Amino acid sequence: MAKILIVDDMASMRKMVAFTLESSGHEVVQADDGDVALAIANEQDGFALVITDVNMPNMDGITLTGELRKLPALKFTPILLLTTEAGKDKKMAGKAAGATGWLVKPFDPDKLLMTIKKVLR
Amino acid sequence: MSIDLDQFKQIFFEESFEGLDTMESGLLSMNDGGTDLDVVNDIFRAAHSIKGGSATFGFSALASFTHIMEGLLDEMREGKREADSDVVNILLESVDEMRTLMTAYQDDEEPDVEQMQVLQKKLEKVCGMEPSAPSAAKEEGNEAGEAGEEDNRRLGWQIEFEPHDDLLTTGNDPSLLLSELRDLGDVTLTMDDSALPSFDSMNPEQCYLKWSIKLLEKDSDSVVEEDQITEIFEWVEDECDLQIKGIYPDREKSDRRAGDRREGGAQEDRRANNRRTDSRRPSDKKPTQQATNIRVDTNRIDELIDMVGELVITQSMLGQLGDEFDMSKLVRLREGLEELERNSREIQEAVMRVRMQPISFAFNRFPRMVHDLSQKLGKKVRLELTGEETEMDKTVMEKINDPLVHLVRNSMDHGLEGPEERLAGCKEEEGYVRLKAFHQGGSIVVEVSDDGRGLDREKLFNIAVNKGVIQETDVLTDEQVFMLLFAAGFSTAEKLSDISGRGVGLDVVRRNIESLGGNVSVNSVFGEGTVFTIRLPLTLAVLDGQLLQVDGATYVLPLGSIIESLQMDADAISGLAGDTMVYRLRDEYIPIVSLSNLFATDAGDNEDMAGKLLVIVEWADKHIGLRVDELLSQQQVVIKSLETNYERVTGLSGATILGDGTVSLILDVSSLMDMASKAMECVNKPKLAVANGRRVGE
Repeated sequence: MAKILIVDDMASMRKMVAFTLESSGHEVVQADDGDVALAIANEQDGFALVITDVNMPNMDGITLTGELRKLPALKFTPILLLTTEAGKDKKMAGKAAGATGWLVKPFDPDKLLMTIKKVLR
Repeated sequence: MSIDLDQFKQIFFEESFEGLDTMESGLLSMNDGGTDLDVVNDIFRAAHSIKGGSATFGFSALASFTHIMEGLLDEMREGKREADSDVVNILLESVDEMRTLMTAYQDDEEPDVEQMQVLQKKLEKVCGMEPSAPSAAKEEGNEAGEAGEEDNRRLGWQIEFEPHDDLLTTGNDPSLLLSELRDLGDVTLTMDDSALPSFDSMNPEQCYLKWSIKLLEKDSDSVVEEDQITEIFEWVEDECDLQIKGIYPDREKSDRRAGDRREGGAQEDRRANNRRTDSRRPSDKKPTQQATNIRVDTNRIDELIDMVGELVITQSMLGQLGDEFDMSKLVRLREGLEELERNSREIQEAVMRVRMQPISFAFNRFPRMVHDLSQKLGKKVRLELTGEETEMDKTVMEKINDPLVHLVRNSMDHGLEGPEERLAGCKEEEGYVRLKAFHQGGSIVVEVSDDGRGLDREKLFNIAVNKGVIQETDVLTDEQVFMLLFAAGFSTAEKLSDISGRGVGLDVVRRNIESLGGNVSVNSVFGEGTVFTIRLPLTLAVLDGQLLQVDGATYVLPLGSIIESLQMDADAISGLAGDTMVYRLRDEYIPIVSLSNLFATDAGDNEDMAGKLLVIVEWADKHIGLRVDELLSQQQVVIKSLETNYERVTGLSGATILGDGTVSLILDVSSLMDMASKAMECVNKPKLAVANGRRVGE
């Protein structure tokens, strides 16, 4: 099972994602904004996946994706954007920053697990 | 695997209500002029988070409403729209609506969407959108109807997916996309590998394959929209060629329709809004069990843990002493017990502090209220808040909310004048309403003041006479006249307005405050303004008490209310009339209240008062003297409700259990004072001024 970094400023969402992943045996590290996530990514290694919200204070998910891609350890690690954005601009910006894909809210635990299974394969 | 997410709802509600507060205060700050981009971003982010969360929990009405609001915020964020007062007002209304919806969801009720739809239309009009889109309540039905009508004969989709050469080098994996499609329906894949070169000339990073996919809907319930397919391929749309055609029994029609529907982008927003939001409605309705939470500074918890540590040390020390005790260790035992007492007192205080919250929690709602109300009334009002950091017990704060709202409304509606009247009276055009909180002794004082027209003594007096509250011949002090405002059924407004005159008068405010063990008073200078003063106990649970004895029974008197105690001098005692006695103390005449008489514990009379103990107590700047037999120790007592365990008794605020296990009654100074003044009113009204502690000669 994989070690996964979850970034979301909204505690309910973050905890839900964490709970879902932990229930299926993954190891989860949580961060409540981009700055914190970046600090964690610098300190720890072994992350197999990053799931990040887009809209966050301090550092948003897209900037974070760009920053994470600069770290050698995370250069090829899948990064999923968890977002409510339906707009294509945001998705394309995320893609340009190096995101692997996105999950659109409403958050659905089964869909999340399925997507993760595919991405981690 | 099915995962129950209900446990996260409470967190969602908490942070969403916080988010709404952020939005509201942000919007109010915009109203003061100038748009700070950071503020707009904060508001947007809060709305956005609420949207995502509410969609997740199946709160579809809230999600779709917030979505439209978010559109407007987005325009503001990108500078396409100015935050004029119309926009700000409609957004404020929307925040209220979101709060209403959220509360309904929290109480596990279906929200009332009527008001929401009205607002939604307004929002859409402001945004320049055409009035929508199925309303949330009818959403499900409409969607099904639409699908039934339009797509009745469609069997599925034929998809031609031809990746560009560089699809793989941009980090994409076609197999992921294809497996996504498999989630939508039954997929039949045909792979075209004709472009695949021989092994030696193959570039491993290049994509040579293309797919022809037939996607059939699994059954009539799972209708697949074209949007859902384009969404899957959206990520790679620049790296592939894609064709999507509907499969119909009638070929001709399908071609035409495919042409119509090639570009699905315009429907994107509606799709995000509508799709899937209804499917996750909670299936089982649980009885509402709303936990009340409190946020506590972790320092306070740490403090508490430290103290418990000390308690454990003291306990083990006492335990050792007890194992082999002899009289030589008496001193150490005493020390240990003192230590124990200190420990428990500190822990008690620390636990009480956990319940303490700054009054800003109660004050925070007022900027909004004053903003709305001043517009409604056409008055210019400045709200001034001071002492917001003053802490009070959470329970007290929750109960003080309504009385405060009432008083502020009252000040704005009746107290403050309109701009013209103010200018005519040589006042600033803008009036103020000031909320001020501070600690005084063992109480919390909250003042609601304004610089309005003040109370008209004559007018109040006449109204009270007309309503039969008092007699025309009564002689009352200013203060007593002002207090008539709190008499039941007394209202000064000639006609009822919908601001403060909802038939609920200030008497209710007074009753609410008194039920908390507090009191309210009013002072005013005609033409200059009015001050309402609310006094409340710091906490409802523990009291610093003075134990005293009357007729062999032990009573507890709140320590904070005691001014002094003295042995009565025979010369200073004088009778007014009947049984009423007053005691002259430094030129002040203080009515003497005999607890024996009040509680009828002693049949004997009070003739021999000289030399007895008199405890002078104060409440709301008034004094009375309680005649007691003996003063005992002072200690903290835990208040037990009389009402819950027995019934409400005038003159008593509760009971407590003393160290020796006996029950002792706690005296309620404010109602003792009422009882005393009533007793005296019956005797002789004109002497009321004296009886209420006024100096003779005033």
